[in-house]
Amino acid sequence: MRQLLAALLIVAATAAAAVEPDEILDDPVLEARAREISRDIRCVVCQNEPIDSSNAGVARDLRILIRERLVEGDSDDEVRQYLVDRYGDYVLFKPPFKPATYALWLAPFALLGLGAVAVGAVFRRRKTAAGAAGLSADDEARVDALMARYGQDNDRKDG
Amino acid sequence: MQRILVLLPILVVIVLGGFFLWGLNPERDPNAIPSALVSKQAPTFDLGPIDGVESPGLKTADLSAAGEPVVINVFASWCVPCRAEHKVLTRLTRQEGFPLYGINYKDKPEDARKWLAELGNPYGRIGSDETGRAGIEWGISGVPETFVVDASGKVVWRYVGPIATEQSQDDLRAALAAARGEAGS
Repeated sequence: MRQLLAALLIVAATAAAAVEPDEILDDPVLEARAREISRDIRCVVCQNEPIDSSNAGVARDLRILIRERLVEGDSDDEVRQYLVDRYGDYVLFKPPFKPATYALWLAPFALLGLGAVAVGAVFRRRKTAAGAAGLSADDEARVDALMARYGQDNDRKDG
Repeated sequence: MQRILVLLPILVVIVLGGFFLWGLNPERDPNAIPSALVSKQAPTFDLGPIDGVESPGLKTADLSAAGEPVVINVFASWCVPCRAEHKVLTRLTRQEGFPLYGINYKDKPEDARKWLAELGNPYGRIGSDETGRAGIEWGISGVPETFVVDASGKVVWRYVGPIATEQSQDDLRAALAAARGEAGS
């Protein structure tokens, strides 16, 4: 039981953010918004970590800055823009949709479209090929006769 | 229509191959952090001097007041690479004759004082950024970082890390020369 409790505590500890008690705002709504924003902001020192879970000094400064801007009445987008103006789109984990990133956002759909066109073309060709190689009326009659005999043979075996 | 489709896989291979070739380029540094500031006006900031240091403080207006390109160096006494860089910057300042301004990032005044007394003070102006707010305005990710600001107050060059290698010194010289050339023409 004690071991289980210890394990649970360890799991809870790793899941906790790096936000320190003195940073947390009194207003739970603003604090929730701050957490939401800071989960999507890259820490510029430890580059693959969001500032929400980074212990770096700059990450802490940015968390406090985000909270200050929110308290001053900035919208979420204004806070993000404030950071982008200083650090570039690079600080956002989710790149914005704009001309420079069209290729990034649209390439998967373009490739999917190309694939669909290719698959469609292959199926269409197969269908036309099958139609051209269809059986003549004589052959159809022979097939029917053979199938009928096959059925009789089976009946005899069953009986 | 079908003839065009035959070319499709070749086209895809060429595009992907080109992309992979670009990725393999040894000149490309995947860790390089793009700067949002280069080719923009220097950010707004106003820093007082370090207590007990002669150099006056640093604010945005000082950058273009010199009428020539200036070098901004972000440093701290607690930053080890800054120590290595300090000697190089001092020598370059003397050789190249550019105004060198410092931003003392997240440092205690007494530590900064001691550091400058020990290593010398090549800075024409030093702004004391104890809170690190000016650092955020400049979009720095750590210390040291160095910027070249041209005569009109536009940031033209940024370097992350110490200016200690020959390559970085050459880059700084080239950026200065370019900034001077633009101002002259």
